[in-house]
Amino acid sequence: MSDKTIEEPTWRELQIGCVVSEPGNASQYKTGDWRSMRPVVDKEKCIRCGVCYLFCPDMAIYKNDEGFFVADLYYCKGCGICARECFTGCISMIPEEE
Amino acid sequence: MSKNRKGIEVSIGAADAVAMADVDVIAAYPITPQTHIVEHLSEVVARGDLDAEYIPVESEHSAMSVCCGASAVGARTFTCTSSQGLALMNEIVFIAPCMRLPIVMILANRSLSGPLSIWNDHSDVMSIRDCGWIQVFTENGQEAFDHVFFAFRVGESPDVSLPVIVNMDGFILTHVIEAIEYWTPEMVRQYLPEFKPVNRLHPDKPVTMGAFGMPNIFTEAKMAQNEALLDSKEEILKAWKEMGDITGRYYKPVETYHAEDAETVFLTMGSLSETVSIVVDQLRARGEKVGQIRLRLWRPFPFEELRNEVKHVKSIIVLDRAISYGGPGGPVAGEIRAALYSEKNKPLVTNFVAGLAGRDVTVNNYIDMYEKTQKLAGSRVRQEDYTIYGVRE
Repeated sequence: MSDKTIEEPTWRELQIGCVVSEPGNASQYKTGDWRSMRPVVDKEKCIRCGVCYLFCPDMAIYKNDEGFFVADLYYCKGCGICARECFTGCISMIPEEE
Repeated sequence: MSKNRKGIEVSIGAADAVAMADVDVIAAYPITPQTHIVEHLSEVVARGDLDAEYIPVESEHSAMSVCCGASAVGARTFTCTSSQGLALMNEIVFIAPCMRLPIVMILANRSLSGPLSIWNDHSDVMSIRDCGWIQVFTENGQEAFDHVFFAFRVGESPDVSLPVIVNMDGFILTHVIEAIEYWTPEMVRQYLPEFKPVNRLHPDKPVTMGAFGMPNIFTEAKMAQNEALLDSKEEILKAWKEMGDITGRYYKPVETYHAEDAETVFLTMGSLSETVSIVVDQLRARGEKVGQIRLRLWRPFPFEELRNEVKHVKSIIVLDRAISYGGPGGPVAGEIRAALYSEKNKPLVTNFVAGLAGRDVTVNNYIDMYEKTQKLAGSRVRQEDYTIYGVRE
């Protein structure tokens, strides 16, 4: 479902059988909305090894221009696996309300 | 009209109808509770007489899952089950109509266990009353045979695209030999067009079926599903009319026998209806103004037709073949009362739960029910009143 149809379709606007007719549009779904904690990288401690990238179950971590691995907050659900696996302990999980 | 009549076990006749409908995929779990329907189909496929995939799955849950998958790729799909098999299938049964997959299932009605049972009543189908399938009841072998074609025709109609359950009583119908007038291949071709699915899993046009529905879309999805079931009535009526034109047998959502001038009517579903017709004849011979209402279409419920047929009636005796434990009597009576609640002249609705797990309901039993009901005339029966009939005290 595209972001637009997710919003507020009427029952008549739904596709018959609720099929999703646009292939691959699951990428538009903002799983980041589920997050209660977000990973924050301390660049002083980070050795840019990428272990967080390897372990992220949602492939929500990407390498930025500086070579640091950071979470794409559109998709990151805040599971904390990256923080748990990080060798240097450079990732902290910060509550979203802060 | 064809005179191609055969004396045949009703299960075999129904299976022959499925084969004549040129079904593509049959998925079934081949052990009790099952009937000769899928057993015969497996032989027909194995012999090479029917070009279809017969998938002997490991459970009924898998049977219905396979049916969903097969129907989703555009195959004409059939399965058959009973009682505990339906219970095991339950989870997937509710998914098929939301996905608008026109699977056809014959349900050989048998009691749900506890105590363990294999005999006939309607507790299985009533457990999935609200599953969203089109549901019809048949009364004899010929009706079961005819309704196989009806089910494919209506379910697969692009305006409907919903699964269909054809109910036929276990043992009383499935295991007896009756005279069935077979359709000719030409009649089937004329009545049942090729299946052209509304949605289809195909690499040329990828779609996703069965995706999750978030809370902000779920209610709309259910509204759309409910409207689809309500709207299917138009195609149902059309399909019965056209079947009548081909076979001479015209079916209706609510059928009657001597109900026009009746003061009291029996309301029945399924094979016991034939016994009630005899009861009506006998009571009429005694001068009693008795008639019969047979509910053929269970979902979508034929409110309008029912109200129309009983508007002059003083008393309705509803026969239920399942119990709503701790509830307002049998499930059929509950719905009849609900359907008539807003009517100005509400008839007295008495409810007998009878014929559980294959126990006979005889002509004399019905006459007894009628006489008991006559004594109540003029009194008001409470909504929740019912009698479990024939219980040894």
